[in-house]
Amino acid sequence: MRQKFDTIEKEARKAWEELQESGVPQVLVGAATCGNATGGQDVIKAVYKKLKEKNGKAVVKQVGCIGLCYAEVLVDIIKPGMPRICYSEMTPEKAEELIESYLFNDDPRPDMALGHFGEEGPEGIPKISELPVFKSQQRVILKNCGHVDPESIEEYIVNDGYKGLLKCLEQKPEDIVDEVTSSRLRGRGGAGFPAGRKWSSCLKAQADEKYVICNADEGDPGAFMDRSVLEGDPHSVIEGMTIAGYAIGASKGYLYVRAEYPLAIARLRKAIAQAKEKNLLGEDILGSGFNFDLEIFQGAGAFVCGESTALVMSIEGNRGMPKPLPRPRTTEAGLWGRPTLLNNVKTFSVVPQILNKGADWFASIGTEGSPGTAVFALTGKINRSGLIEVPMGIELEKIIREIGGDILDDKEFKAVQTGGPSGGCLPLDKLDLPVDFDSLLEAGSMMGSGGMVVMDKDTCMVDVARYFLDFTFEESCGQCAPCRLGTAQMLSILDDICEGRGREGDIELLLELGDSIIKGTICGLGNTAPNPVLSTIEYFRDEYEAHIRDKSCPALVCKSLIVYTINEEKCNGCGRCRKSCPVEAIIGEKKEPHKIDQSKCTKCGICYQECPDRFGAVERKTGQENLSVVN
Amino acid sequence: MREELQKILAPFKGEKKDVIPMLQAVQNEYSYLPEEAFESIAEYSGVPESKVYGAATFYSQFYFSPRGDYEVKVCLGTACHVRGAAQIMESLERELDICCGETTSDYKYSLERVNCVGSCALAPVVMVGDDVYGRLEPKKVKEVLDKSASEV
Repeated sequence: MRQKFDTIEKEARKAWEELQESGVPQVLVGAATCGNATGGQDVIKAVYKKLKEKNGKAVVKQVGCIGLCYAEVLVDIIKPGMPRICYSEMTPEKAEELIESYLFNDDPRPDMALGHFGEEGPEGIPKISELPVFKSQQRVILKNCGHVDPESIEEYIVNDGYKGLLKCLEQKPEDIVDEVTSSRLRGRGGAGFPAGRKWSSCLKAQADEKYVICNADEGDPGAFMDRSVLEGDPHSVIEGMTIAGYAIGASKGYLYVRAEYPLAIARLRKAIAQAKEKNLLGEDILGSGFNFDLEIFQGAGAFVCGESTALVMSIEGNRGMPKPLPRPRTTEAGLWGRPTLLNNVKTFSVVPQILNKGADWFASIGTEGSPGTAVFALTGKINRSGLIEVPMGIELEKIIREIGGDILDDKEFKAVQTGGPSGGCLPLDKLDLPVDFDSLLEAGSMMGSGGMVVMDKDTCMVDVARYFLDFTFEESCGQCAPCRLGTAQMLSILDDICEGRGREGDIELLLELGDSIIKGTICGLGNTAPNPVLSTIEYFRDEYEAHIRDKSCPALVCKSLIVYTINEEKCNGCGRCRKSCPVEAIIGEKKEPHKIDQSKCTKCGICYQECPDRFGAVERKTGQENLSVVN
Repeated sequence: MREELQKILAPFKGEKKDVIPMLQAVQNEYSYLPEEAFESIAEYSGVPESKVYGAATFYSQFYFSPRGDYEVKVCLGTACHVRGAAQIMESLERELDICCGETTSDYKYSLERVNCVGSCALAPVVMVGDDVYGRLEPKKVKEVLDKSASEV
């Protein structure tokens, strides 16, 4: 086995070294979904164009994302004898200029550079690991993302890829399960269930066939961690699943991937074919006698399919509804009634490293109860949106202020939401909370799979609660009444509150309904659905009360509770608002103060944006007295 | 259409687990699921037509009427929501004179909501076809539509 692997590794290393020693510079362009959305493909074209024009040679590679979404498009250049330098916010024009300067005239352009990798770099360019955005990060799950070419199995192998699998095949399945158990790895899907316990129960289950399923049906609206791993490092997931297959005695695995992730699916397909070709997947892997095959199943869009029994129903060709209670555990009777091991993308992708570096290494990262790292999609009203990875136990404050670069436009922080539709919103005085599975749960939120949305004072917390509840209501499979009817009732109360029909007692009713839903539903979607409402009531009750009692939305978000008016003293009659109003609700002669016809106004806010800052004549107001004046 | 459908289904074994992949294959071809698809899939797989239809209606990916040439997808993920995606949706509904989920009468545009396209740093985001437009404001919506239309 080892001999076979050595040959594969040697070949890969040879190809890699040839590239390193060829004297040809490498240009790496961030071309994951986020990079492409900002024009990554145009930048690649510009790079090729310049190279052709100058008759120069370089290897141009598309890599996954290093997580700096705010600075896309990222271009990294590795010149022989030089460290890798990262350039941010590239456009086709800037990229051409950079290629010209650095590749052909040896000027590394510190003015365009974000930082350099490694210890030493050219003058004027900072070390990337010392930038505030990276200083507190620790890359374990994302270690390859943006560094290796996701479409090259050779690069993955050179970076210790498939070594975990080799070590695994040399041991007994029981030893692998023990290793995972002693690493204290907890599932990265959201709830943090100990992975070792799941693996061990699957290993013990007796059956003619067992299955491994990777849940890549990332459903949290506002998160893209799993997608980045699949797009940037698909082999780590494949290797992790193969190890799991060996450990529990399965010969078939399914990757349940959201159909909205076409790039991830394409890269996985390619990676599976490569692994099979190298005998790292498929029949008689590395001559060990162990067979394992993988199939991709495209999820068709249902949040509830993140629930294990619903996901299994979906692969079997049914409506993706959780199985009714009492139900056997998926580890005992899952897919087609066979024992099934189901874990999240990030859980599988870290397994190869645990086997390769040892359980103790993994357990030494993070905290006692939550070892390892956490990956977050840090977004919202924050300066540096992106994909981050931090050791468990880090304070929320550090993530938001240091890594995220604080709130956009220097505004005031209001809340941070984690755990998506199943999580909660935490206020300022919870920012010293350490980020781990148990602390977040205790504070009324949850780790979730990794969405972290930052909100500022212009965010209405009642509206946010309504937003999440609207999502879970839409996504409820409808099978059990507490979820189907309960979320509908809660949503209609929240609609009333946001639209100025809130009544005394509504908050208490929401709490009561929330409690019944948590107790009465049969799946993880249902019994976490009230969380966003309950946590906002706990920490932002005053906002609910303002909506109910004063018909006021302090953040000026809820449309029914705000009015747009024009301050006659400030209005200069420039006419910009009048011309831009889509419903012709603004009247007034040129150079005369304008007025808004409230009967026509749809409160779209365009006039508010259009009014030049030097006048600031369009005003947004809330509260009973303002609403009644206008009506 | 029946023959066409049979051709689309031919690569599948026709087991029950193929129902969703078969629906996806049909939709890939027609951009929606024509009525005949349910009958064909039912016949081919032996799964009752009601179950095939039931599976299709459960998942948000499937459409039951023809789509426009351009799919305008408004991201209503959390990051986009807190940065004003609802106003973008309203502006698009007004501009196209249709509601979310509908198609214009000339079958040029379909408007729908999606949950997170993974470009949160650019929020609020709209996708027209495969193009992503970020950092939108209600007043820029018309520009986006004009731009996509000019690329016909």
